[in-house]
Amino acid sequence: MPPEVVLQYLISGLIYGSIYAAVAIGFNIIYNATGIINFAQGEFAMLGGMFASSLSARLPLALAIAVAMVLTALSGAVLERVFLRRVARGGVLKMIVTTIGLSIVIREAALLAWGESVRTLPFFTGNEVSSVSFLGANFSPQVFWVVGVTALTVAALTAFFRFTLMGKAMRGCSASREGASLCGIDPDRMVTIAFTLSAGIGAVAGCVVAPLTQTHYAIGSGLAIKGFTVAAFGGLGNSVAAVVAGLFLGMLESFSIVFVPEAYKDVVSICVLLAVLFVKPSGLFGSRAAGALKDY
Amino acid sequence: MSIKPYLPVIALAVCAFLLPPVLTAAKSAFYLTQLTMSAYYALASLGLCALMGYAGQISLGQAGFFAIGGYASSFIATRNLQAIASSPLAKALDLAGLLSRGTDPYGVALLSLSPWVSCILAVLLAAAVAALIGMPVLKLKGHYLAMATLGFGLVIEKVVRGTKALGAADGLSNVPGFPILPGLVVTGGKAARASNFTISWVVLALALLALVNLFRSRAGRALRALHDGEEAAGANGVDTSRYKLNVFILGAVFAAVAGVLLTHYNGSIGPGEANVMKSVRYVAIVSVGGMANLTGTLIAGLLLNFLSLRGIFGSLDDAVFGIVLIFVMMLAPEGKAFGHSFSSFLRRKGRAG
Repeated sequence: MPPEVVLQYLISGLIYGSIYAAVAIGFNIIYNATGIINFAQGEFAMLGGMFASSLSARLPLALAIAVAMVLTALSGAVLERVFLRRVARGGVLKMIVTTIGLSIVIREAALLAWGESVRTLPFFTGNEVSSVSFLGANFSPQVFWVVGVTALTVAALTAFFRFTLMGKAMRGCSASREGASLCGIDPDRMVTIAFTLSAGIGAVAGCVVAPLTQTHYAIGSGLAIKGFTVAAFGGLGNSVAAVVAGLFLGMLESFSIVFVPEAYKDVVSICVLLAVLFVKPSGLFGSRAAGALKDY
Repeated sequence: MSIKPYLPVIALAVCAFLLPPVLTAAKSAFYLTQLTMSAYYALASLGLCALMGYAGQISLGQAGFFAIGGYASSFIATRNLQAIASSPLAKALDLAGLLSRGTDPYGVALLSLSPWVSCILAVLLAAAVAALIGMPVLKLKGHYLAMATLGFGLVIEKVVRGTKALGAADGLSNVPGFPILPGLVVTGGKAARASNFTISWVVLALALLALVNLFRSRAGRALRALHDGEEAAGANGVDTSRYKLNVFILGAVFAAVAGVLLTHYNGSIGPGEANVMKSVRYVAIVSVGGMANLTGTLIAGLLLNFLSLRGIFGSLDDAVFGIVLIFVMMLAPEGKAFGHSFSSFLRRKGRAG
């Protein structure tokens, strides 16, 4: 394989890896706050891209993305308040089934609202033909946006959970719901914030990759399974590990087309998921000791 | 022995023979086609009911097993063995009565394995796959189990959609009819409509009978204990992992049989049958039916699939199943982990009102 082709694959892996990581971080935020997996996670990225693409016709791009992010974050909060809070006491399985139902309803609503057509967003800098040359490989400047935004998100989140009062309160909630409420933290409020935050991050990810990968009403479930693969691979709840795992999966997928037919590209990543779940469900970076305390 | 648990079985069997003349008299015999298809989907749902309701394990891969059954049987039954017709193997198979002859729409002579052979091989394949993936999968719980079974379902879908030999996006067609008994063929077409309805509902009744008996046996009590608490069941001597695996295989076999029969009935199968949304539908049907409730699953399976196949929900077809899932979960009484939810909720409401 010539080096510039390798580089091209690397960059494509980087793009997909970043969005998988962003979706995985969304999973992690909600998992940390509630202990559940939100199967509708991929739908947030879809909603973000769709809202932004509709709004960008009327508003300047930056404003359109900001509004799309707020709208998606609000829908995350609504999902939690209206639906999930009511089944929260019913146990994990009930919440799983509810989030599956919600993901279907969101997808079908998006189909009704936006139709089946593929949508896109304008490139943030330059346009579809502008490209940056690097060691013989050509790629869109949008790649910098994708990588930069993902890196910034991870850094901001890490700082948020480590240094701000609210971030600490959310971590307290996930460590012990009762303990946190004894300290004057309202756990229900923290869960709502977690959903809002997670949906907002999903929306941002959906927006930054939309110029490169396009967006469509049905992209959510595919992103959700990849995002979960990455989250589980890194160890649920660990956002820095999710980035490493996301980049790994993105690279694996983009290089897999060298070895297997394009049609089986998704099969490769799902096999990674199954392998992780079967062999080490605590994830690559999860400790076995901590894993033993959890219910897989 | 009380007859009450067997009433749904009897009702199904009676309907199997009574509905065709009644609907024909009412000039709505065309309903029989969708009722036949609904029966096969309900059969796959019953298998999932055993797993979800009785063993307490969620599976988002039921459509995968349905597709394995349908695809394997039609793949085997549509291989033309004419080229090796004179080989000793083919002759031996022919002598054993395992080959069937026919002509394709272009008049080319066909020599293929009998659908009985393809059906049995397909169901065995599904059972083997279930045993193989069930062992690692069923060690997982909660969302890990849901994701692993979802992943399995997705793999099957992507593989059938991406494989040329399985017809890729078009699927397999020209699947021959399946002569179950002398004079009874599982096949489409107006002439066979009434008899196929009877076949499908009798199969469904037999499957229900088997499950009713199973759950009233020692195995059924073990499963109920497993559902209520795995540790407690294990402490009482229930081999929990063996029971879980066996029910998983049982559910897969039900789905595969349904897949085989529906494929021979329709004469074709496409990748849509392996779609994850189909798996979600099975979960929705079992949830509406009340989880550990065979009769509920049966009614929900027949009704929702019939309405869906009649096109009542229009373009909202998938959305209806999503909404159903959300509402069943929200209305189910608090505190109940998962089981017995909807029907007991209705009963309680009924009593209160």
